[in-house]
Amino acid sequence: MTETLLEIDNLGVDYETARGDLKALRDISFDVKKGEIVGIVGESGCGKSTLISSILKLTAPNTRFRNGEVRFKGQDLLQNNERQMRSLRGSDISIIFQDPMQTHNPVLSIGAQMVDIQHRSKAAKADKRATAAKMLAAVGIPDPEARLDQFPHEFSGGMRQRIAIAMALMSEPDLLIADEPTTALDATLEVQIIERLHELQREMHCAVLFISHHLGVIAELCDRVVVMYAGAVVESGDVRAIFHDPKHPYTRRLIDCDPGHIKERARVLPTIPGEVPDLANLPTGCIFRDRCEQAGPRCAAVPPLAGIADGHNAACWLNHKGGVS
Amino acid sequence: MVHYAVRRFGLALLILFVAVTVMFLMIRAVPGDPVQIMLGPRATPELQARLTAELALDQPIIKQLAIFYGNLLQGDLGIDVFSGRSVTSIVFQQLPHTLSLIFASIIWSATLGIALGAYAAAHPNTVIDRVTAAISVSFVAAPAFVVALLSLLIFAVHLQWFPAIGAGEGFWDRLDHLVLPSLAIGLSWVGYIARLVRASMLEVMGEPHIRTARAFGLSERRIVMIYALRIAILPVVTVIGVGMGFLLSSAVFAEIVFARPGLGKLVIDSITTRNYPVVMGSVLVSTGLFVVSTALADLINAWLDPRARAGH
Repeated sequence: MTETLLEIDNLGVDYETARGDLKALRDISFDVKKGEIVGIVGESGCGKSTLISSILKLTAPNTRFRNGEVRFKGQDLLQNNERQMRSLRGSDISIIFQDPMQTHNPVLSIGAQMVDIQHRSKAAKADKRATAAKMLAAVGIPDPEARLDQFPHEFSGGMRQRIAIAMALMSEPDLLIADEPTTALDATLEVQIIERLHELQREMHCAVLFISHHLGVIAELCDRVVVMYAGAVVESGDVRAIFHDPKHPYTRRLIDCDPGHIKERARVLPTIPGEVPDLANLPTGCIFRDRCEQAGPRCAAVPPLAGIADGHNAACWLNHKGGVS
Repeated sequence: MVHYAVRRFGLALLILFVAVTVMFLMIRAVPGDPVQIMLGPRATPELQARLTAELALDQPIIKQLAIFYGNLLQGDLGIDVFSGRSVTSIVFQQLPHTLSLIFASIIWSATLGIALGAYAAAHPNTVIDRVTAAISVSFVAAPAFVVALLSLLIFAVHLQWFPAIGAGEGFWDRLDHLVLPSLAIGLSWVGYIARLVRASMLEVMGEPHIRTARAFGLSERRIVMIYALRIAILPVVTVIGVGMGFLLSSAVFAEIVFARPGLGKLVIDSITTRNYPVVMGSVLVSTGLFVVSTALADLINAWLDPRARAGH
């Protein structure tokens, strides 16, 4: 068994709003082992971004950590002060953000920014520049030395996301968080970037927390998958188990809705009827009850995230003795 | 960058050419014979004819314009009707006083305004933020001539901390004489710039690239001073560049209230005596000042922002 790198344990995060507390994350539990790629899937607004910003503690001022722990190498990050968090960011934990067009500072050259983020290194500036150029070459940017002097607006979207990957991996982090890194790019670029990321991950052997709503990418890239719905984990497990034998109705519906899974020409694309519940005013019982075709009386109680097989967990009464009745 | 500078100053020259031509034609379009107004009702016809010929007013308008530009290119703005001195030397004698007043005002108000604005943006919705907001708004609301008169009364007449009138001799004395006038015309700029920097700074601090900088563990100080302020300052530079025109007009008030020599006072004096060549010369230099300052602001922006350099 490999060592566990990141453990998220019963994490509960609220946003304080004028309408009352918005329960953005509830009882989130999963872990990431060293060198492993874990995918997080879910619709927009399911709490993926809140989860990432909670790990790095780069949260909005109205964020409240209500309960649980985020342990990184055994240390609870929620107890860390800002200075301790800052020493982790960009060294042990790195992140690639979603929109490559806005992720770099527009008035500083790429080289300046790549040298700047090596602020922990005591190396001379010329050495830092050389490291930066080496990283740019590694992500497939031609003529890296010259391109260091260019500014973000002189690069295409795909190039900028490569640069973001180069910057995130430069410190050889133990954990790389990739927040929908290819959503803003077109399909051919997506494949190239994912492949390059995978290669570099194997070389550096870092763990990756890969957030996406593209199931095809998740299936190809990840070792394990966490499925989130409305701020809660509904299912987690091995990528094969999740895709071939999903144990939660939401996971099944999500896979059915994936355009890659649709075999026949259809007039109407499949959707999940209903809406995501209001997180400021949570319904009782199972969070997916209102949209679930299989819901029964037992769903009035919240189902626990229970183990089904080795490493495969789902929060649904259907997997329990007696089913939903 | 050099390419951009050449292009920008080319544009500035074009603007100046258009502005000066329009101004020249406007003055010619004013009804009444300038020679008669200048010489008064009792001038002899010979005298009138001589001045008309001297000012080339008997020539067709195109030729007059050509003569005007010909003289202008040689640095000749014409002759003062009354003293017979060259307008160029009169204007350039007054120019340094106005320039030092304007620069003193910009420097102190921009420094204080940027500091207040950046500080307020770093602590939004705190007591300090509210206090700077109240101060800023009341500063903006205070007209330059009111501040000029009040500060003259309080600091020069009652407290006698600073001299009331004149421009002074020697560096320190000149600086001493600059305090009250630059306070008067700079005060509203402090508030204006502070508000602008605060809004612009808050916007930049919410942008995704600032989150990226934080995600790499850069210090908050470095993020504010380098990553954010450099972007937040861009609109301020533009506003100051355009604001030179407003400062020139507030300088007129300050120069009258504090009896300072300067372009503003020169223009007022020569308008009241209908000394057209001097009016034309000083307005021309003011226009040039304005055009050059907006061009300079654009250049500074281009230096700070590579996107502007590329013409995006």
